[in-house]
Amino acid sequence: MRYLIPFGVFVVLTAFLYIGLGLNPRELQSTLLEKPAPTFNLPQVNDPTKTLKKEDLLGKVSLINVWASWCVSCRQEHPLLMQLSKQKNIHLYGLNWKDELTAAKSWLMQHGDPYRASAFDPTGRTGIDYGVTGTPETFILDKKGVVRYKYVGPITKEVFAKIIFPVIQQLENQPIS
Amino acid sequence: MIPEFGHFSLILAFCLALVQTIIPLIGVAYRIPNWTAVAKPAAAGQWFFMAMAFSCLTYAFIQNDFSVAYVAQNSNSALPIFYRISAVWGGHEGSLLLWVVILACWTLAVALFSRRLPEQMVVRVISVMGFVSCGFLLFMIATSNPFDRIFPAPLEGRDLNPLLQDPGLIFHPPTLYMGYVGFSVAFGFAIAALLGGNLDSAWARWSRPWTTISWVFLTAGITLGSWWAYYELGWGGWWFWDPVENASFMPWLIGTALIHSLAVTEKRGTFKTWTVLLAIIAFSLSLLGTFLVRSGVLTSVHAFATDPERGIFILAFLGVVIGLSLLLYAWRAPTVGNGGSFEMISRESMLLINNILLATAAGSVLLGTLYPLFLDALKLGKISVGPPYFGTVFYFIMIPLVFFLGLGSLVRWKQHALSDLIKKLRWTLLLSVIAGFIPVLFLGTTGLAIFPALAGAFWIIFTAFQSIIEKTRHKTKLKDLSMSFYGATIAHLGVAVFIIGAVISNTYSIEKDIRIVKGQALEIGDYSFLMEQIKEIKGANYTATQGEIVVSKAGKEIARLQPEKRIYKVQTMPMTEAAIDWGFFRDIYVALGEPLENNAWSMRIYYKPFVRWIWFGGIFMMIGGLLAISDKRYRSNKKSISTQPAIV
Repeated sequence: MRYLIPFGVFVVLTAFLYIGLGLNPRELQSTLLEKPAPTFNLPQVNDPTKTLKKEDLLGKVSLINVWASWCVSCRQEHPLLMQLSKQKNIHLYGLNWKDELTAAKSWLMQHGDPYRASAFDPTGRTGIDYGVTGTPETFILDKKGVVRYKYVGPITKEVFAKIIFPVIQQLENQPIS
Repeated sequence: MIPEFGHFSLILAFCLALVQTIIPLIGVAYRIPNWTAVAKPAAAGQWFFMAMAFSCLTYAFIQNDFSVAYVAQNSNSALPIFYRISAVWGGHEGSLLLWVVILACWTLAVALFSRRLPEQMVVRVISVMGFVSCGFLLFMIATSNPFDRIFPAPLEGRDLNPLLQDPGLIFHPPTLYMGYVGFSVAFGFAIAALLGGNLDSAWARWSRPWTTISWVFLTAGITLGSWWAYYELGWGGWWFWDPVENASFMPWLIGTALIHSLAVTEKRGTFKTWTVLLAIIAFSLSLLGTFLVRSGVLTSVHAFATDPERGIFILAFLGVVIGLSLLLYAWRAPTVGNGGSFEMISRESMLLINNILLATAAGSVLLGTLYPLFLDALKLGKISVGPPYFGTVFYFIMIPLVFFLGLGSLVRWKQHALSDLIKKLRWTLLLSVIAGFIPVLFLGTTGLAIFPALAGAFWIIFTAFQSIIEKTRHKTKLKDLSMSFYGATIAHLGVAVFIIGAVISNTYSIEKDIRIVKGQALEIGDYSFLMEQIKEIKGANYTATQGEIVVSKAGKEIARLQPEKRIYKVQTMPMTEAAIDWGFFRDIYVALGEPLENNAWSMRIYYKPFVRWIWFGGIFMMIGGLLAISDKRYRSNKKSISTQPAIV
């Protein structure tokens, strides 16, 4: 009987893997979609005496990019973010997640800072409110501060052109009230 | 025309793989000699057509045939020739092709080098390997054909991912796959032995060299991968517990356990069911690794093209191969006898404990890798498991592992009196603890944190030398000791070297972000860094900004480093090429950052003591493995095929 144990373990594992295939790790968590973004009020990475809060993001279509200095994939999307930061109509904010302040600062110095401001969330508390599962993730908020889209994983040129930019454009055209 | 030829070869190879699986197996079962005789020619034929297919794809890359979709996606006419060749395995379809080609090579090797094994055994092994090949070939032909044409053909290719344009990446995937796929031989032997009911010492002896050589390749692949990540990703780390890295590490851990367990089965005729289970699991984990990388169930830095349909296919195949093997195991294992008995304190016990520790380690890695998936599947939320989990778990598994490793090499088989063991080892233990303490004197109190690990490393070193002394005390000369003894000793020393490198470099590395201006020297610690010039250079398919940094110590120039920041033209992806001044005891690692105002640049400098030792450890382990295979025991006594436990 005990010789069947490995087989049993394997069956359970396969079942999970099968379910896992149906799930999309990059999928949007439906709980937050089309709901007002959770409020936050956090110190800024570059100047912890200043804060960044949800109200700062209202009145325009904004992107919140969740990043960390320890995150490998963030390095992949970083050059693209640097390019985006040069465009006036893109409001890119950072949420520095589960990181250390000095590490985060020097990361921005090393690779360049694409963000208008980065909120510093060392405990990951705001991350939990937003349902952050890992880095990088990017949220799109409309002018009223409602979460309209979430992308999990590094943004590539293709993803930006095909998914993110159209959403931004569409939201830009909506009136504020 | 050539790509169609390649495609056709693939299909022919698949047909031959089918023949190779079915006919010989029936032949063995019903004792039809003509049918069993099909195995070897079929394997050779399959290898021939796989080699054909692979050559055709390579040719398409060399000729820049962008009418082949896979070539267009992964190559470019400006790409240097050697990268065009390595681009063959730079994407999903090509990696699979490489996987199957390597499987065909292993099968051919089994067919060629197993002349003195019983026909039935070899035929079954070849048949099992043929079955694995069938699955992968079908998968490739059905969902991932590398020879698919694209119309109209693009004028230029999209170029190889710049991360992969590196000499390390030419060799990393093939060696890693040699290891992964090599476990299919041990797997084949395990299944053949279960089918034939001859799970005995002879089976263990035949499996050993194949297992060890695969393990050597896997070690080489992992070491190369880690070395590549260190200098190419540009931030000084060497292991990230990324799902894809874990996928290669799990079979390595189980493979290590398998090597030791096979030794016990061969020498003492015991642990049989455990050994056969390890052989199945080692290859299952290789398949699982392939599934994880290719299906996209986990997100990872390494994740390539992902496609759920492909995932389902691999999973189904995984289910058939592993499920059937484990059922076969459950059916046959109870009939296997227990073999020789042993006492609490004996080499068998030590090896068993370490086997369990290694299996636990592999289980923890599996758990950590799949935990996010489990939670997600159970709707408990999405999380990611990071290095802190793995770091902690490994620390606590490694300490007892290292202790029993040292002990195991000095304890006798069957039984050993505790009092004698204590008498023999008390001074060694004391000496290890003292030696582990030495770095604290040199490097300060932070050394206390790494003290247990260092003491463990010295424990391995001292017990290794003690076992050499003990073996040579009674007339035996150094040159008379067996190669497998030397191999084991050197591999164990490799573990010690690795531990020293890993803990010292992790604890004592210095990392500095600096702002550097041309012509101004900066002092950091004992070293001074001067940026002499910064210039634009042109590579074959990229442009780069290259700094020339002079590093000096006490006024004497010790190195000129040229870190680069490259922009690859086609994918416009910037890459940091770090420059490293390597040394036996320390690396100085310089990575160019972003340009700042006033002609200044941000730069990151690492000082990493003993970091090389991490890879030296890997090299020691490989040498150890190679020596063990060269043991004449595996080649001599061509005539006598003993099925009794070898007398020790």
